[in-house]
Amino acid sequence: MARTHFVNELNQLNIELIDMGTLIEIAIDKAIHALNERDAELAQEAIEFDDKIDKQERKIEQHCIKLLMNQQPVAKDLRMISCVLKIITDMERIGDHASDISELTKRISNDNNSFEFPYFEKMAKICVKMVTDAVDAFVTSDLELCRNVIAMDDQVDALFNEAKESIIASLQSNNNQSDVYVDALMIVKYFERIGDHAVNIAEWVIFSITGMHKDIRIV
Amino acid sequence: MADKYQIKDLDLFYGDFQALTDVNLNIEEKQITAFIGPSGCGKSTLLKTLNRMNDLVDGCRITGQVLLDGVDIYDNYDVNLLRKNVGMVFQKPNPFPMSIYDNIAYGPRTHGIRKKALLDDIVEESLRKAAIWDEVKDRLKRNALSVSGGQQQRICIARALAVEPEVLLMDEPTSALDPISTNKIEDLVLDLKKYYTIVIVTHNMQQATRISDATAFFLLGKIIEFDATSNLFSMPKDKRTEDYITGRFG
Repeated sequence: MARTHFVNELNQLNIELIDMGTLIEIAIDKAIHALNERDAELAQEAIEFDDKIDKQERKIEQHCIKLLMNQQPVAKDLRMISCVLKIITDMERIGDHASDISELTKRISNDNNSFEFPYFEKMAKICVKMVTDAVDAFVTSDLELCRNVIAMDDQVDALFNEAKESIIASLQSNNNQSDVYVDALMIVKYFERIGDHAVNIAEWVIFSITGMHKDIRIV
Repeated sequence: MADKYQIKDLDLFYGDFQALTDVNLNIEEKQITAFIGPSGCGKSTLLKTLNRMNDLVDGCRITGQVLLDGVDIYDNYDVNLLRKNVGMVFQKPNPFPMSIYDNIAYGPRTHGIRKKALLDDIVEESLRKAAIWDEVKDRLKRNALSVSGGQQQRICIARALAVEPEVLLMDEPTSALDPISTNKIEDLVLDLKKYYTIVIVTHNMQQATRISDATAFFLLGKIIEFDATSNLFSMPKDKRTEDYITGRFG
C-alpha cells in the first residue's frame, strides 16, 4: 500500500479520537455519580477532569491541521479529518456540560436538603448511551447507529419537557427550595444539550461516510 | 453549456497495443476539463487525439468518433484547420529559437497575415491574454529562450492563442515550473476559461481540484470515472478513483 506514513497518521488520529470519547464518557460518568450521591468531592474531581478533555481537543486539532497542511487530503480522508475537526468541538462541549452539572451538584450537596429528582438518572442514562454510540458509530462507520443516536434525542427532549413541567409545578407548590429547583432545571438543560451534541457528532459521522450533512452536499 | 467535444466509443491502438478502450466522454465548452491518472493510463494519448497529434505516431490506429462541434475530426477534416482551432501547450516550455515577437507572430504569418500593424496587434493581444505582456513588452526582440521557464511557458500559451483557437490542450503545463510560475499559469488558465475550452492533463491532484470544472480519471486506457471535480475529489463513486486520488496506489 502506498502512502503508508499518512495511513498510519490517520490510524493514530482515530485512536486519539477514541481516547477523547473515553474521556468524555468518564467525565459524564463522574458527573452523574457525583450528582446521584450528592458528593461534592467527586463533583470537584469531575470539574478538574475537564482539563484533560480540553488538552485532548487541542492535541487532535493540531494533528488534523498538520495533516491538512502536509497531506492535502481528498475524498474519504478529507471527509474523515473534517469530521474529526467538527466532532471534537461537540465532545469538548459535552465535557463542559459534565463540568457544569458538577458545579451545580456541589451547590445542591452543600444545601444539605432532601431533594430527589428522578429525571436526572433517566436523562443521564440515555445521554450516556447517545454519546457512547455516536463515538462507536465513528469508529465502526455505522450509519444505522448514527440514525439511532439522532432518533434517541427525542426521548431526551421529551424527558426535558417533563422535567421542566415537574419543576414548574414544584416551584408553585413549594417556595422553600426554589433555588434547588432552578439548579435542577439547569442540570436537566445541560443533559438536554449533551443529547444535542451527541446528535451533532452522529450527523458529522454520517457526513464522513456519505459526504452528506443533514441531507446537504457539503462539497 | 454545449458540448465542445463528444468522444464516442473510441479505441486507440499503437500497433498491437491498445492504449485507449471504449472511451466515451463529453467535454463542455468554455470549461476546464482535467485528465488524471497514473503514468501510462492513456490520458495524454486521449489529449493528443483531440487535435490528431497521434497522426504523427507510426502504427497509430483509431476507431470510434471524436466530434468537435458535432463534426468528426477523423472523417475528412482539414488537419491544418483543426490545429489552428485546437492549440496545444506541452510539459516543457518549447518556444522557437527566435525572438519573442516572432514566436507569437509565427502562427498568424503561417496563416497568411503579413501586415506589420496587424501582427503587432495580434502579438500584443496574445501576450496580454497570456498575462506576460507587461513582463516582456520592452524586450520583444529578445530571444524567447533567454527568459525564465515560467515566462517561456506563458509565451508558448500566447503563441497558441495568436491563431485564435477555440480549444486549448495543455499537457502537464506546469510540471517543469516553480510554484510561483505554476500559480501564474493556473490563474491564467482560470482567466482564459472565459474565451476557450481547456483540457489539461495533470499529475498534480491539487491543481486539478483548484482549476478544473470536471475531471476524468483514467486507468489502463479506460475512463473509470468522469464527474464534476468537486464531486470526484470529495465523494468519488468508484473505489479505484478513491484509491488513486487518496494515494493508496499509483
